[in-house]
Amino acid sequence: MEIVLALAIGILTASGLWLLFRPRTFQVVLGLALLSYAVNLFILAAGRLRIGAPPIVGKGTVDPAVYADPVPQALILTAIVISFATTALLLVVLLASRGLTGTDHVDGEEGEP
Amino acid sequence: MSGWMQHLIVAPILLPLAVSGLLLAFDERRRTLKRVVSLATVGVLVGIAVMLLWLVTDGFSLDPEAAPRVYRLGNWPAPFGIVLVADRLSALMLLLTSLLGFTALFYSMARWDRSGPRFHVLFLLLLTGVNGAFLTGDIFNLFVFFEVLLAASYGLVLHGSGTERTSASLHYITINIATSLLFLIGVAMIYATTGTLNMADLATRIPAVPSANLALLESGAAILGMAFLVKSGMWPLGFWLSRTYAAAAPPVAALFAIMTKVGIYIILRLTSLLFGDASGGAAGFTDNWLIWAGLATIAFGTIGILSARTLSQIAGHYLLVSSGILLASIGIGGHAVTAALLFYLVSSTLAVGALYLIIEPVARNVEEDDMVPGISEPVFDDEYTGALEEDEDEAGIVIPGTIAVLGGAFIFCTLLLSGLPPLSGFIAKFAIIDALFQHTSIAPTSWLLIALVICSGLATLIGLTRAGIDLLWTPAEDRPPRLSVIEVAPIGLLLATCLALMLSAGPIFLYMETTAIGLADRSAYIEAVLHPPHVGEAGS
Repeated sequence: MEIVLALAIGILTASGLWLLFRPRTFQVVLGLALLSYAVNLFILAAGRLRIGAPPIVGKGTVDPAVYADPVPQALILTAIVISFATTALLLVVLLASRGLTGTDHVDGEEGEP
Repeated sequence: MSGWMQHLIVAPILLPLAVSGLLLAFDERRRTLKRVVSLATVGVLVGIAVMLLWLVTDGFSLDPEAAPRVYRLGNWPAPFGIVLVADRLSALMLLLTSLLGFTALFYSMARWDRSGPRFHVLFLLLLTGVNGAFLTGDIFNLFVFFEVLLAASYGLVLHGSGTERTSASLHYITINIATSLLFLIGVAMIYATTGTLNMADLATRIPAVPSANLALLESGAAILGMAFLVKSGMWPLGFWLSRTYAAAAPPVAALFAIMTKVGIYIILRLTSLLFGDASGGAAGFTDNWLIWAGLATIAFGTIGILSARTLSQIAGHYLLVSSGILLASIGIGGHAVTAALLFYLVSSTLAVGALYLIIEPVARNVEEDDMVPGISEPVFDDEYTGALEEDEDEAGIVIPGTIAVLGGAFIFCTLLLSGLPPLSGFIAKFAIIDALFQHTSIAPTSWLLIALVICSGLATLIGLTRAGIDLLWTPAEDRPPRLSVIEVAPIGLLLATCLALMLSAGPIFLYMETTAIGLADRSAYIEAVLHPPHVGEAGS
């Protein structure tokens, strides 16, 4: 399971970084989205990987060892909401920039080919 | 601390948040209402900041024993619940933020708040985020408040629209989203090695981290630090700053001067709390990095000032220089240096804020068309441009001798920024240099810092003098710039604050010194957060 998760994080980060350094704005947006998925998985791994353990503690005296750590999950939830909103805003700015400059290059002008 | 007074700590976050939500409900055309409400809100924020200052100092006393005040939301005990902590440093930063916010908002009423929709809402949201970042007691909420202030700042950079602003904000937003991801990676690594995100709890747990995990913890903290260093514009992470701030509307840029200081504040807080002398294996690993990075930033900013062709570029690079001086001073550390750097922080923030406000009126008569961006085709239907020409006539009373007023304010600003006597800029730089000499053996880096501080002051003087000659000594046949009272008053207020800073430098320095001692002595902070003296009363 660890190797699968590590591979997923690695591939997502690599693809995200590659796209982030591309000259087209839409590629940059997709790159940021991929990077945020990778970071969310990374946060999950930081809370130790557990299978089938609930994050919410039940009633009565309980053994905390059988529960998953809820803090990383809460952190991921916050991160998902925020990155969703900022990606939406970035898309709007992308469209505005495309409309104003007539190109989808990140600098607003075509570089030398 | 009883009754309603205990809820005062949460007010700087809740008040602007609630009012900005309320303002959304009103139509964009009810401009006067929005202006009055938002200006009153920020005015109340100034009052709240003063009261918080009174609260955390036990009635303006200089007793270093005055404990930080802790506010537990929902009265959950500290490492589990959310805490807000107000100590001397937070209260000082809150006051600085609300003062700068008040002047910038006042200035924006000259015409800038009309050049796009929902200016006041975004402005108040930005203040919410900044205040929250200064008050929060755990890294998780620091992330949330950071995102609030960033989201509001994206909107404000775009305020007024236009090609230059859209293009600059595209870079700004991309860089900041990527930075937020670094922030999250850092938080996750710190959580993985320590199991907590509460700052006070972290401070107690970091000395006990086994040495095998130390590298992981330090790299986590370093990645987290990158997020703040990008915000504070450290070289080589600060290339975005000058261009973005120059593209933003003047009142927005003036308010953004506090945003670089948010990064500085958090680095100061975290290095003193988490990686101070008592932190075991991880103690002081940040110091050398901060010193060298700070020195490089000063050098880069100095060259930038000399090569700058417009005033806003000078202001942007001056922000880099001040960030560099602050970072290097944080790295060197010690009570005296910390006190001096806090004084410099306050003085330089106010002065740069004033400079950003002066820029546009000064340049108005020279390059009428080039220097006033914001007139261009609207991007969205609900946007509203062309306010600049349309409202020229009701801009206020035309003061005769506007050049004299502007020139006086400009010279005042130049003296403040370049650190010439007798103004507060000089006192601040002198205090930093004096504090560096108080160490028994002066490190080579300290000598380098002193040299760079002096060189950067000279470069600022040269850059601003050159710009001032170009802009103010213009031929007499040009018509004098129009200037309204609404624009002069906030500039005057900011400069008067700097003057007050100079006149009462003694007491203020004593305050900064007690703040520095409080920062170095982590036990009071940890004690106040983790072992509250009266848990039972807190919920009453």
